[in-house]
Amino acid sequence: MLRKFRITLALLFLTGITLLFLDFTGSVHGVLGWMARVQFLPALLAVNVAVVVSLVALTLIFGRVYCSVICPLGVMQDIFARFGRMGKKRRYRYSYSPALSWLRYGVGVLFVAALVAGVGSAVALLAPYSSYGRIVQTLLSPLYIWGNNVLAYFAERADSYAFYEKEVWLRSGGVLAVASLTLIVLAVLAWRNGRTYCNTVCPVGTFLGLLSRVSVFRPVIDVTKCNSCGLCARSCKGSCIDPKAHKIDYSRCVACFDCIDTCRHGAISYVPRKRAATVPATGSSDKNNMVESPESTGRRNFLVSAAALAGAGAISAAEKTVDGGLAVILDKKIPARKTPVVPPGAVGLRHLTRHCTGCQLCVAACPNGVLRPSDDLETMMQPRSSYERGYCRPECNRCSQVCPAGAIRPVSVAEKSSLQIGHAVWIAENCLPLTEGVSCGNCARHCPAGAITMVNSDASNPDSPKIPVVNDERCIGCGACENLCPSRPFSAIYVEGHRVHREI
Amino acid sequence: MKHNDTDLTRRDFLKRFGVGAAVATATLAGCRPDKNPADGQALAATEDIPTDKMTCRVNPKTGEQVSILGYGCMRWPTVSGGSARDGEDEIDQDAVNELVDTAIAHGVNYFDTSPAYCKGRSERATGIALKRHPRNKFFIATKLSNFAPETWSREESMKMYRKSFSELQVDKIDYMLLHGIGMGGMEALRGRYLDNGMLDFLLKEREAGRIGNLGFSYHGDIEVFDYLLSRHDECKWDFVQIQLNYLDWKHAKEINPRNTDAEYLYGELEKRGIPAIIMEPLLGGRLSTVHDHIVARLKQREPSLSVASWAFRFAASKPGVLTVLSGMTYMEHLLDNLRSFCPYKPLTDDETQFLYDTADLMMHYPTVPCNDCKYCMPCPYGIDIPAVLTHYNKCVNQGNVPESAQAENYREARRAFLVGYDRSVPKLRQADHCIGCSKCVAHCPQGIDIPAELNRINTFVEHLKQGTL
Repeated sequence: MLRKFRITLALLFLTGITLLFLDFTGSVHGVLGWMARVQFLPALLAVNVAVVVSLVALTLIFGRVYCSVICPLGVMQDIFARFGRMGKKRRYRYSYSPALSWLRYGVGVLFVAALVAGVGSAVALLAPYSSYGRIVQTLLSPLYIWGNNVLAYFAERADSYAFYEKEVWLRSGGVLAVASLTLIVLAVLAWRNGRTYCNTVCPVGTFLGLLSRVSVFRPVIDVTKCNSCGLCARSCKGSCIDPKAHKIDYSRCVACFDCIDTCRHGAISYVPRKRAATVPATGSSDKNNMVESPESTGRRNFLVSAAALAGAGAISAAEKTVDGGLAVILDKKIPARKTPVVPPGAVGLRHLTRHCTGCQLCVAACPNGVLRPSDDLETMMQPRSSYERGYCRPECNRCSQVCPAGAIRPVSVAEKSSLQIGHAVWIAENCLPLTEGVSCGNCARHCPAGAITMVNSDASNPDSPKIPVVNDERCIGCGACENLCPSRPFSAIYVEGHRVHREI
Repeated sequence: MKHNDTDLTRRDFLKRFGVGAAVATATLAGCRPDKNPADGQALAATEDIPTDKMTCRVNPKTGEQVSILGYGCMRWPTVSGGSARDGEDEIDQDAVNELVDTAIAHGVNYFDTSPAYCKGRSERATGIALKRHPRNKFFIATKLSNFAPETWSREESMKMYRKSFSELQVDKIDYMLLHGIGMGGMEALRGRYLDNGMLDFLLKEREAGRIGNLGFSYHGDIEVFDYLLSRHDECKWDFVQIQLNYLDWKHAKEINPRNTDAEYLYGELEKRGIPAIIMEPLLGGRLSTVHDHIVARLKQREPSLSVASWAFRFAASKPGVLTVLSGMTYMEHLLDNLRSFCPYKPLTDDETQFLYDTADLMMHYPTVPCNDCKYCMPCPYGIDIPAVLTHYNKCVNQGNVPESAQAENYREARRAFLVGYDRSVPKLRQADHCIGCSKCVAHCPQGIDIPAELNRINTFVEHLKQGTL
């Protein structure tokens, strides 16, 4: 009964969060956005006291139900594990193993260090919710959008506007590689051993494990009923039941209730501490098992391979075929920005780095093709703005609405219009009026801040070609000029980011 | 459906049978037993089309009987089902043959092509289809389409002229035109025909009998039209091709000050007794895809007639018109037009007035007068100009250009406009990428200030996107 309740809730959460990452229309977030905000690490980074306190209380009372219900990465592993248990032979495939405390707490310490030092990439790599977001955004989302595009294809032929086509493009090869590797490693681990990741690597699991040791409710083995058959241990995906000692390692127990349903003698019950028949055992400190778990090397591999692939992230989407009557349009290339541009609401580079968990929710939500994950080793997977495919449109503030970690703070459309995230820089060598002698002024025409004025390139000659001049004080760095500049592949005007955003 | 030629392949036969069956099915489906077709009116869509009733006009010089419906060969179908003017797809020769066979079987005998049509592939396809019929069954019209400055030289122009004979597989061009006179003003006329001696050459070719009739097609600058007519005594123009339709009759100048009302153009020809050949009777389809209110108005008056048929009947209503051209891609277009002209039922005065009133109404809908001719393309900055303007016109006609956010259908209209915009035009080819270089303006036969229109449409799009309408 408890188990079914847990499974139902878990599937609801998983579906909801997955939808959050898949939806590109902005319609799901209003309903389900809270599911991202109750995730532990984003709430912690957002200093969302209410959520953090609630989750701590939840764990202190019921144990690590968070890991079994709310955490999408945990639920995803349960799904892989279920496949791993299919078939009679493999049904009871797990066994008790002592805790790898050195690894667990070692990773935990490293994680806290990375958090304090502001090494965003390490934080993003280890955080469970972010890992799940990346997997959905980079691997599942393309399938979802292609499916949508099939519907859009038929809608177009039926003269319906219910669906519209959405472009699928590779934002970062590095993140794709990280997400793919994470998925493969987690799938294999979960398939074979259940919740290995959650009980050895996951920093959230480690922290909640400290709390669940002393939780009020916990599964307890009634030694008077137990015949030591060991079935519970073989069905425990946390590998935390020691059947010989009749002990359960509560720091690793994710409160899945599988053992309760498995026991044929009704010897295990989920009861509050006072009614417990036996004194709960604390986490085993047995260190006999010194086999290095595969995921620790896997993690190292991530960093190395991700770094190697970061360079490949700049590969642009395949060129489209061009019709006969249409001029070829070169893809824009990313200019070498001295300071990266980050979206309005990010407050500044430091704020973003300190709060972002790299979950890709903002990247998934950006309807203008502006946001993509960073490829820098230190801030990898954190969002960066670039204007090759679109610009930060004046009516849009979606990224700031969805961020669960407070890395991109909510800004209204009105606030955004006076928030300076960067400034435009003019490159004379690329400017068409000078290079091709045509009149242009597209940057000035489309500047939503009215920061660009066209002036004669030669002040003394009223017939000289007109060139743009930027009023840095009025420029907000939205990139309309850069995106709509006819010069290709490099624009004649591009945006330099500001380290700290300011109101103008 | 009867056919004159006997060497039908089995495949052709089956294809025609298919068309016949389709027409027959339409007859059954659309038949309303309680209502007789109106007597003395043009054929309704539900009736079979007779093959011996095509109305013809007489060429005053040669006495030739020219069918009032002429086949414009600039939109031959492609294998992918579109028009060869729009894409790179191969022309569907089987479909072309089938269209030509059906047209000739119903008495159409005027085929108008050009070396420029269908990206340079029209003459060959037309020649192949016509070669299958006796030479006395059809007249061929083609043009000297030396628009590009690199073809202005006498050698290049001559090469183009000679190539038309080989592509069309004929030794005589029945109707030869100086193509698109007026575009680019007097300067282009001098460069293309006067300074290189091509006009004199063509006059000599007419004397030699390799050209049956010599004329010109006119768009744009009225100075060139008047100039060429002033030389009528010397050149003896056998015909002139003009744009005429019930909207341009009185409103062409109103739509664009640089254009001239068809009433004037036709009047000038009538004065000199020069037969007129009519192009753009439908304004590139703009008189068939009209605003829903206009459709309702026309259908209310004649429920069984197509919207397009009104435009064709108007164009043919002037007695000095030799033939009315229609670029027909699909069999349905051809059959619909045949219904209007087999035989032609002239418009009554009342009906003519009705169309003039309709034209006045149309002026209330702010469509851009783009006929999708694509002469402006390619835009050097990659913008798909006709696609942008066509999408805008479509939305105007479907009522999807809301005037304000308070409009009744604002939400639906906004979505239809924006989603439809992305569907019709790739993002990088949309109006916001127009830099206003104005290179396209000189090429537009309709004299549209393209950059200004694109800018206006983009401003509207921005208002829709930002919700500030």
